[in-house]
Amino acid sequence: MTAIPMEYGLVLAAVLFAIGLAGVLVRRNIIFLLLSIEIMLNASGLAFVVAGSRWNQPDGQVMFLFILTTAAAEVAVGLALALRLASRFKTLDVDAASKMQG
Amino acid sequence: MTTTFYVSAAVAIIATAMAVTRSHGVHALLYLIVSFLAVAMVFFVMGAPFIAALEVIIYAGAIMVLFIFAAMMFNLGQQAVPQERQWLKPGMWIIPSLLAAILLAQLIALVFAGGGRNLAAGIATPREVGIALFAPYLLGVELASLLLLSGLVGAYHIGRHLRRSDATP
Repeated sequence: MTAIPMEYGLVLAAVLFAIGLAGVLVRRNIIFLLLSIEIMLNASGLAFVVAGSRWNQPDGQVMFLFILTTAAAEVAVGLALALRLASRFKTLDVDAASKMQG
Repeated sequence: MTTTFYVSAAVAIIATAMAVTRSHGVHALLYLIVSFLAVAMVFFVMGAPFIAALEVIIYAGAIMVLFIFAAMMFNLGQQAVPQERQWLKPGMWIIPSLLAAILLAQLIALVFAGGGRNLAAGIATPREVGIALFAPYLLGVELASLLLLSGLVGAYHIGRHLRRSDATP
């Protein structure tokens, strides 16, 4: 099996992360914001696995497990917040929640 | 194997770009599932079969199903898609995409400045991952369990208020 250069794996992670970042910057729908954050977390996990694969160590995969845990906890709380936003403002626009009301 | 990597990487990038630019939520989620499956294929090629399985089961399975359930619960009706199109004017993409592209170019330049190295051909088996997870990283496992517990309590707390505010308008 011919080897894959490590740079290409890292570049794949960087491209996915940049797409997720552009999504966070552009979208106003809270579902798409959470989705873009998932993309970014997945891309950082991919970078960890690439680095772990480069040195043939399982540590990168362990870090991916922790990132997976973070993503799961984040999406649970984020979707609960999204449900609350939808029930209170009848919209998914994050700008609707820009006023704090004590 | 190398061809598999490049094809999967291309599928992942295209599917992710499509997911971010869709105006219908469920379409975006389905594209994102394709993207996660492609990334799982990349993990498999890199010799991380355990992580590939977890990517399919937890990311493409559990988290995306949670997203789809939430998208179905919102049920904003037919006005949601035109509204989303109105938010997504082409002009809005220019500056954020440019900034993200600049950061990406810097990152890629930095990665290629390190000199050529190839990925190791070996496979880190689930056994090795488990041994590493529960011996040197045991504290991390405890912290992850704390994080999941706090996420559970937080989600329950926010959801409980939702029901109460519905009962008393």
